[in-house]
Amino acid sequence: MALKNYIRERFFPHFWCAGCGHGIVMNGLIRAIEKLGLSKNDVVMVSGIGCSSRITGYLDFHTMHTLHGRALAFATGIKLSRQELKVIVPMGDGDALAIGGNHFIHAARRNIDITAIVMNNRIYGMTGGQYSPLSGYGTMASTAPYSNIDQSFDVVELAAAAGATFVARSTTYNVIEMAEMIQNAILHKGFSVVEIMSQCPTYFGRRNKLGDAVDMLKYMNRTTTTIGSQWIDEDQELIEIDSEAKEEQLKIERGIFIRKERPEYCAAYDEVIRRAKEGK
Amino acid sequence: MKGIVKFVQGNEACVEGALYAGLDFFAGYPITPSTEIAEHLAFRLPKAGGKFIQMEDEIASMCAIVGASLTGRKVMTATSGPGFSLMQEALGYAIMTEIPCVIVNVQRGGPSTGIPTHVSQGDVNQTRWGTHGDHSIIALTASNNQDVFAMTVEAFNISETYRTPVVLLFDEVVGHMRERLVLPQKGEIPIVERLRTSVKAGVDYHPYLPREDGRLPMSDFGGVHRYNVTGLYHDMWGFPSDDPGVVHGLIRHLVDKIENRTSQLARFKDFYTEDAEFLLISYGSAARSARHIVERRHRRGEKFGLLELMTLWPFPYDLVKQKAAGARYIVVVEMNTGQICQSVRLAVDRPERVFLANRIDGVLINPTDIQRMLHVIGGKGV
Repeated sequence: MALKNYIRERFFPHFWCAGCGHGIVMNGLIRAIEKLGLSKNDVVMVSGIGCSSRITGYLDFHTMHTLHGRALAFATGIKLSRQELKVIVPMGDGDALAIGGNHFIHAARRNIDITAIVMNNRIYGMTGGQYSPLSGYGTMASTAPYSNIDQSFDVVELAAAAGATFVARSTTYNVIEMAEMIQNAILHKGFSVVEIMSQCPTYFGRRNKLGDAVDMLKYMNRTTTTIGSQWIDEDQELIEIDSEAKEEQLKIERGIFIRKERPEYCAAYDEVIRRAKEGK
Repeated sequence: MKGIVKFVQGNEACVEGALYAGLDFFAGYPITPSTEIAEHLAFRLPKAGGKFIQMEDEIASMCAIVGASLTGRKVMTATSGPGFSLMQEALGYAIMTEIPCVIVNVQRGGPSTGIPTHVSQGDVNQTRWGTHGDHSIIALTASNNQDVFAMTVEAFNISETYRTPVVLLFDEVVGHMRERLVLPQKGEIPIVERLRTSVKAGVDYHPYLPREDGRLPMSDFGGVHRYNVTGLYHDMWGFPSDDPGVVHGLIRHLVDKIENRTSQLARFKDFYTEDAEFLLISYGSAARSARHIVERRHRRGEKFGLLELMTLWPFPYDLVKQKAAGARYIVVVEMNTGQICQSVRLAVDRPERVFLANRIDGVLINPTDIQRMLHVIGGKGV
């Protein structure tokens, strides 16, 4: 099916800023679904609130634009009700891990078969550039005018510790890799998390002097690497720009970090029904 | 009424009513004094092939039932004060997106953690205005197990008919009191099934375009019609809109579909109200004490009547006005600082006739408490 068949054309042009990474994520998402050959009627997409959450309206699936932080809770109700549906939940970093942090870890703990996509642009874009739990120490934001003192989560470590059985990270620079990861995440039976580092030139880029969208994409390319090759000792220029990287001497790894099997929640509930009916 | 006779708690009567109405998805979080509802459903639902899930909090519980309802299930959650506070945002979402669901609030004393194991009726106005923004809401209540059962069935029927959340506002005494419950046989009480669209696959379906009778046929998520659902103001396709005409039209629709049906939605019982000089108005467990007084005084030949409200919202102003027309004194019996009393004063001519007999100390108001108030009204001292 042509990619444009997955979008609701009458709602374009989209409302994201020029250079925003969310359109690239949407592109990767559609490519993944197209490759998997899923019927549009079998896909439910649930989002919360924020720039990223508007992605649902543009896509021709069963779409639900819910409350800030609560997308995974709504999605849990949908998935447990009709487990044959593919449930995909795109969220922003603040949406998923600040206001929605509790639902994120509990969905991971249950290992319910939902694909969570964290579109991480390290900022609250919709409200004008406040720091998020992924902005990181030392970054600038409208609510951190003297530099941010909040430490950030590592989405991969958090998801893995909470019990997600598929955890991956990519960036909007690596769009082919990103689409493949989403594809694998959707195929995975269990709670899957794909963190996609994305750029917000309008707020994060501007406040942190990271240049325009292209500069930010190149920066993401330089500061990330595939799993296992993470030292940046030699890259003096990079050490100079990024104080955090200098301190840790590490690049951010991309790839599939966790892929394991554990009983999936809806399948386990089928067993509950069986036991209840047998009176055991 | 023939059927199986049970001796159960009010919370279990609610469970029986919900299952009778076709409940097949429940999400909840433990909280006193509503927990037995979750416990019984955890046991009962899977036996019937339904789904039960204990969520991480009440916010998630409310969200999960709304999601499940959208896939075609009949859904419910149950909670008490603090949990009900947490549910308010998602309750507004269900109102805005017109997704049927039933929320049980077995009231305990508040504010805050309050007095968890004791009775109160303090959430009446929160039920009306708890979620932000202009809206309307339907809230039902009951004073005994048989009515808890019946009102629970009603809640599902009304919720499906009007595509709106319905709150069952019970209280700790009703929830925990054990008494007789006769389970009606199948078919004895009519059940409203969800109205689904007859629009065929491939034909443009408008999820938010009301039919001539005002009803909105639904299409289950996962079915042949793909559409958008949002808590933003939206057009007939469910897409966000800030067009003033769309915004005005939607808020009017959401409010009017309930407020314009106030008399149709009014559920109540009346005892000797025709020529009552003293009209007691009460609801929930407080109405049991009020009824005790009324029966006793009526037997003595005194003109006492009771109007037991079972629909609290939309408040039946016309009904109250009419019932109170001939009464010299109107005494509202409730366990709060006068939340329904306030509405009664708005409803009646000469609101100075309206008195409040209440208790706000976590103890069920008893006939003696009401008697004392009647002494005061009668000029016989405190």
